[in-house]
Amino acid sequence: MTQELLYNIASIGLFGIGLYGLIVAPHIVRKILAINIMSMGVFMLLVASASNVNGTPDPVLHAMVLTGIVVAIAGTAMALFLAGKIHTLGQASDKDDH
Amino acid sequence: MDAFLTVDTLLPMLVGLPLLAAILTTLLKSYGLRTSISIAVALIQLVIVVALLSWLSNSGPSLDTQHQRYSLGGWGAPLGIDLTIDGFSALMLALTATLTLVLTIYSGYYFSEPHSQLDKTARFWPLWWLLIMGINGLFLSGDIFNIYVTLEIIGLAAVALVALDGSRAALTAALRYLLVGLLGSLCYLLAVALLYRTYGTLDLAQLSAIAEPTAITWAALALITTGLLLKTALVPLHFWLPLAHGSAPAPVSAILSALVVKTTLYLLARFWLDALEPAATDYGLLMLGMLGAAAIFWGSIQALRAKRLKLMVAYSTVAQLGYLFLLFPLFLSTGDTRDAGLSGSAVSAVAYFIVAHACAKAAMFLAAGNIMRTVGHDEIDQLPGLAKYMPLSLFTFAIAGASLIGLPPSAGFISKWLLLNVAIDTGQWWWVVIILSGGLMAAMYVFRVLNIAFISVDEKVQTEPKSSINEQLTVNKLPTLMPLCAFLLAILTIILGFNAELILDLVTIGGDV
Amino acid sequence: MFQTPEFQDNNHADELPVVSKILCAIAVGILSLGLIVVLMVTDNPPSSLPALVQGQLTQSGVQNPVTAVLLNFRSYDTLLEIAVLLIVAVAMLPNSQDSRLVSVVTNAQVNPVLEAVLRWLIPMIIVMAGYLLWTGASLPGGAFQSGALLASAGVLVQLSGRLQFCFTSTIAKLLLTIGLITFMIVGVGVATTTGVILQYPTQLAAPLILLIESAATLSIAAILLLLYNSLATQTVDISSASAKQPSTSNKSPAPNETLQSTTGEPAS
Repeated sequence: MTQELLYNIASIGLFGIGLYGLIVAPHIVRKILAINIMSMGVFMLLVASASNVNGTPDPVLHAMVLTGIVVAIAGTAMALFLAGKIHTLGQASDKDDH
Repeated sequence: MDAFLTVDTLLPMLVGLPLLAAILTTLLKSYGLRTSISIAVALIQLVIVVALLSWLSNSGPSLDTQHQRYSLGGWGAPLGIDLTIDGFSALMLALTATLTLVLTIYSGYYFSEPHSQLDKTARFWPLWWLLIMGINGLFLSGDIFNIYVTLEIIGLAAVALVALDGSRAALTAALRYLLVGLLGSLCYLLAVALLYRTYGTLDLAQLSAIAEPTAITWAALALITTGLLLKTALVPLHFWLPLAHGSAPAPVSAILSALVVKTTLYLLARFWLDALEPAATDYGLLMLGMLGAAAIFWGSIQALRAKRLKLMVAYSTVAQLGYLFLLFPLFLSTGDTRDAGLSGSAVSAVAYFIVAHACAKAAMFLAAGNIMRTVGHDEIDQLPGLAKYMPLSLFTFAIAGASLIGLPPSAGFISKWLLLNVAIDTGQWWWVVIILSGGLMAAMYVFRVLNIAFISVDEKVQTEPKSSINEQLTVNKLPTLMPLCAFLLAILTIILGFNAELILDLVTIGGDV
Repeated sequence: MFQTPEFQDNNHADELPVVSKILCAIAVGILSLGLIVVLMVTDNPPSSLPALVQGQLTQSGVQNPVTAVLLNFRSYDTLLEIAVLLIVAVAMLPNSQDSRLVSVVTNAQVNPVLEAVLRWLIPMIIVMAGYLLWTGASLPGGAFQSGALLASAGVLVQLSGRLQFCFTSTIAKLLLTIGLITFMIVGVGVATTTGVILQYPTQLAAPLILLIESAATLSIAAILLLLYNSLATQTVDISSASAKQPSTSNKSPAPNETLQSTTGEPAS
């Protein structure tokens, strides 16, 4: 098994596992985690594509991964914030009912 | 200094100006200052776009390629990022600038109700301008990774705007929209990774020159399509749209339905017809068309069943988006239509449809927002006889509905006519049937609302609802400018219906270069 | 797939039926397998871009090729990326009217061990962040890394319980936007000499990149700290349950207490 095959399988595998988790998992935090796993898969593919045995690795791909990580942070933070707000709204209305 | 002040600089200004507005509205504390700056920036943006358009049309189709691209940082593709403009993107930029101006004025009044919390505008204006910056950036971008970043900007800003209300329904709809949007962006990013691995460049123009119909190009195109279809809400991936557009504040729903879903459609057109065109198989094009037909039927049926006005308008968006996807099979048949790329007759028809639908749908959402603000709810069954009290809003609704149905002399009629023409020219009669029956179903759900609103109250309904409407009106009297904005957008569809050549000439610019 | 979000594990009550799960797994598996096959079948021709980057590296003002790509060749992407962070920051700004950036918590529940360690740790973190910022020109490092490090310092300070950050004042908002403002000023400013937006004059490239990175570090640190703040202080005051919108209450509990309450209590 060559190194390239290993990285390809791992990155697409992560993408698939994350996709499955996103569709199937009922808990909202698990869905958000699944999206993070998917993005890690894509980043792994990007970094693996950048490998260059003889010289320096491809810097454009590394810059893409850096940008992607920041975007993923922003998306995760927003999703967690919204989920938390829905949760607290639900708790407040439940407390009022009792 | 001379080299700086050319027309080319207008391109990055279209991105820099909304960004400046976003920063200013974040920093300023005074509500009035934020609104006046926003209106001023929207005006300047419209002036810039008009200047760009007039320069583009005067230069004509024999444009020197150099002038159509702006290399940021001076490096040039593939090392740097280029901003590009051609007829199609210029049209979309014009649409953005016009809608931004009208909706900015509307929002200034919408958020100024006396009992509103000021924090809403503190958050609204920066998010609004960042959204506009993302939309402009997407239309101008010539680099596929840059498009990914602009897609994320648009997605996150739109989600934050949908969640502005803070109600549980709005937050849930926003969260669903966010998850779907992130999934779509990730599929797109994976496709970008595949494309860079294979072709070694991130530039759209270079990709269209060297793309080949290999398996990996096909896989990348499939991934891009899946991701962008999720964001465009084509049936069966539309499940997030009705609640998201239905729970957002009125100007946000307007910009979402009119513009944000069209950005991803624009990208799909650019990838299928231009950049990755060798990989666009006939079956793929046909499948997109069939999904579009399914969208027309499913969206219209759900619109008929909708109980709330805003939900009905949102489902109508799902249906009308189906028409836009008929672009792909219509592009299919004859050889010369395929070579014409983005300047063929199918693209002109769809571009016209985009403009017509954007104006009509924005007008409809603003009218629905006016109704909701005045009466306090938007349950369709409880709006009998409303036309007597809110004539302008209902009239707006009627004109916008006429454009959606495709009645002359509206722009909707012209756009449907163009689509039918292309369908008949290429001999695909079944699309003719679908377009016509879609118009019929649109008539059904539009007339349902107009019927209830315009007829006089019948005996079953007592005087009580009428007097409560009257009370609501005296309490929640709308500032005149709000229904006027909606009306202006509706009139725009009529004006565009009379001046079809303006748009059609614009779309074909830059296609032959 | 995405109906009302679930917040607890309901003994598998709301999960999809097993058949759907298996079908979904098969579909995802086929998709993944197809992608892997496509990837293995195509060659990976070496791209011309790395050579291009290497060739232009001396003119970019830095020696690290990744920094050159991020802040010179593709600086527009970095500008948009900081705008993405600003979007989330604005969306998560709290409603509270507290107008000081750093405030001392009343009735603080101080964690004494953490506070003692932080007296040594925080200065080291700040120096390290400065080093990462400076060395980004030639070694791995740069604005995002040092910004994240500074934000973690802020999180630690807040966790110790003595101080609290709030980003609603104008000074704080200036901190949030300073990165974008500097980027735009530099981008437009250089255009007056070179004629193209974001094209740095070659001899000024290195200091300009450092200037942009410094401002971006401050912005990124502030935004990440704001994100942490908004997420960590999101709680309903259970004793006085009112149906108002869940804004941060005026006397927010100390963050470590908050974390315990949200994880410890069972949802009703």
